[in-house]
Amino acid sequence: MNGDRAPEHYVSPEPFDVTSIEAMTPAQERYFLASQWTLMWWKLRRHRLAVISGVVLGVLYFSILVSEVLAPYNLHSRDVNHLFAPPQRLHLFHDGALIGPFVYGYDYRLNMDNLRREYTPSDEKIQRVRFFCLGDDYEFWGLVPGRFHVMCPADGGTLYLLGTDRLGRDVLSRMIEGARVSLTVGLVGITISFMLGIVFGGVSGYYGGWIDSLVQRIIEIIRSFPELPLWMALSAALPVNWNPILIYFGITIILGLLDWTGLARAVRSKLLALREEDFATAAMLLGARPARIIFRHLMPSFASHLIASATLSVPAMILGETALSFLGLGLRPPITSWGVLLNEAQNINVVALYPWLMLPVLPVIVTVLAFNFLGDGLRDAADPYR
Amino acid sequence: MLTFIAHRILIMIPTLLGISLLTFVIIQLPPGDYLTTYVAELQAQGEMADEKIAFLRETYGLDQPMWKQYLVWLAGLLQGDMGYSFEFNLPASEVIGDQLLLTFILSFATVLFTYVVSFPIGVYSATHQYSISDYGLTFLGFLGLATPNFLLALVLLYVANVTFGISIGGMMDPEYLDQPWSWGKLWSILAHLWVPVLVIGTSGTAGMIRRLRANLLDELQKQYVVTARAKGLSPFRVLVKYPLRMALNPFIADIGNLLPQVISGAAIVSVVLSLPTTGPMLLNALRTQDMYLAGSFLMCLALLTVIGVLVSDLALALLDPRIRLGGGVSR
Repeated sequence: MNGDRAPEHYVSPEPFDVTSIEAMTPAQERYFLASQWTLMWWKLRRHRLAVISGVVLGVLYFSILVSEVLAPYNLHSRDVNHLFAPPQRLHLFHDGALIGPFVYGYDYRLNMDNLRREYTPSDEKIQRVRFFCLGDDYEFWGLVPGRFHVMCPADGGTLYLLGTDRLGRDVLSRMIEGARVSLTVGLVGITISFMLGIVFGGVSGYYGGWIDSLVQRIIEIIRSFPELPLWMALSAALPVNWNPILIYFGITIILGLLDWTGLARAVRSKLLALREEDFATAAMLLGARPARIIFRHLMPSFASHLIASATLSVPAMILGETALSFLGLGLRPPITSWGVLLNEAQNINVVALYPWLMLPVLPVIVTVLAFNFLGDGLRDAADPYR
Repeated sequence: MLTFIAHRILIMIPTLLGISLLTFVIIQLPPGDYLTTYVAELQAQGEMADEKIAFLRETYGLDQPMWKQYLVWLAGLLQGDMGYSFEFNLPASEVIGDQLLLTFILSFATVLFTYVVSFPIGVYSATHQYSISDYGLTFLGFLGLATPNFLLALVLLYVANVTFGISIGGMMDPEYLDQPWSWGKLWSILAHLWVPVLVIGTSGTAGMIRRLRANLLDELQKQYVVTARAKGLSPFRVLVKYPLRMALNPFIADIGNLLPQVISGAAIVSVVLSLPTTGPMLLNALRTQDMYLAGSFLMCLALLTVIGVLVSDLALALLDPRIRLGGGVSR
């Protein structure tokens, strides 16, 4: 390989371009040079259900930014004339004539035989729904007072598309506002559990030995407890006199504290395999600290997997909060979440008479399904080379 | 095999100690616990109480430091004394006895149900991948996963109430309540069992179907399957002889995940259906801060899980020589 000695065989002095023999089409070049995340994105895009779920979640999460404006009523406004009113159906035509979206007002009668309130839609009371209008007072995010709504009832009329509860509050408005708490519980909880999972799983997988055994033991202990009873016990221990915000954070911390074990196991098994790789050894020989090796060199290799499994554990938290609140151990009024709303539907007699109180379960199911599908798609996309 | 069993049981000891420690912490967690309130109440009543307070102090070592209280409690636990339920004025072990048995029956039946339902569906989905029925079953599974258990229970109650006019709550016919065990009572329990089993089973079944399907699909792609098919084995034989046996492993190993889930589900569904299992009792104990009773429940439920996992590990070892000889379970 000496530069001054000429090779014995002929070598062309022309500059050589490696791509000249097998030229890549622009499409190929784009594919081969794409980063891991771009590849993931391409693969995710092909998973139609995951994309739809992503959009649904996007809309839901956007709605919590402007809940007050979307809800036709204020969260706490009570209509004492319409307790347990059934849902009003939205109509377009009256007697064959187009009127635009409207509802029929209620005729109210107290049935003296069984002492039940009976509401019947009346043909005369046509109440047109107003759009982009001024209605109930509210405080936007509890700070800025306002009256603007996307949808309001007609003047002097009512608009209870999903009925009212035992205090005459609009179920739809409460569901829209409940999303704010229910959807963020999962996110805050997953953040806590994500951090715990990475730290414990990372330490355990990277160091191995007795630290690993210790962490594995702890994980095993936590996993031996059935989740819900343990959640119940811990949330029952939250002081009763705490203010609602503290309770909210208490519940999310409890949810997160018990959920990290699965994530820690995933991190550990990945790290155990990856730390034997050459690039990890190289980093170690160059004198990188363990934290740097873990976070700079090893973590990027399986970050996508982590995100996928995190997405898959959000629904468990949302369901957990719903279950706790349903039992009356989780969040309490005046905080409104889907679980708190369902708490009213706890009694079979209530459910038999006023089935619309069960409706807040629909957004729960939609959210949980969407997270599951999205997580599935992400998990498939996390390995773009397969 | 004997060394494996011995090793496996030895590992359980630190786990159980850890569980008891965590339970004790939970018992101590509420700021104003039942005992303090109770003692204050007794003191307010005056004369008769002194003896009882002294008894309580002695039993729980109330004036001792925390770690000593834990040791006292642990020693009692080992002798089968779980502390004292202040609400019922009975030893906790007497209060929870029957409930625990019913919880056990319910969990066992649910796990059985999960296996029986998810096995054929999982195999079918895997062998008919991407068919319409596969998609349909997968979607049903997801729906089962996403619907909260307690709500499904409520809906079932509602439907049964509205369409058939019957009440499907409870665990046995009313005439057997508080009766000693008999064949009639057992039969009545079995007749009521299907509702909670169905409700609790849905979520676990969905997960199980998906796992079995994924495992079986992985196996079916392997070369030995192609070889077997090329050699002219009938499709059924190809499926049953090897891939199915391989895919069964996680089925059994998964009981460690399934059991806590089932017990969790049982707790909340029991509250809705008012079944006399541990769930409603635990909820009640937590509400009244009857912490020793709540602690006993938690401890027993965790114990149930640990034993379940032990049984599944042993079954797995029996089934798979790789685990028996190599030690350790890979999930």
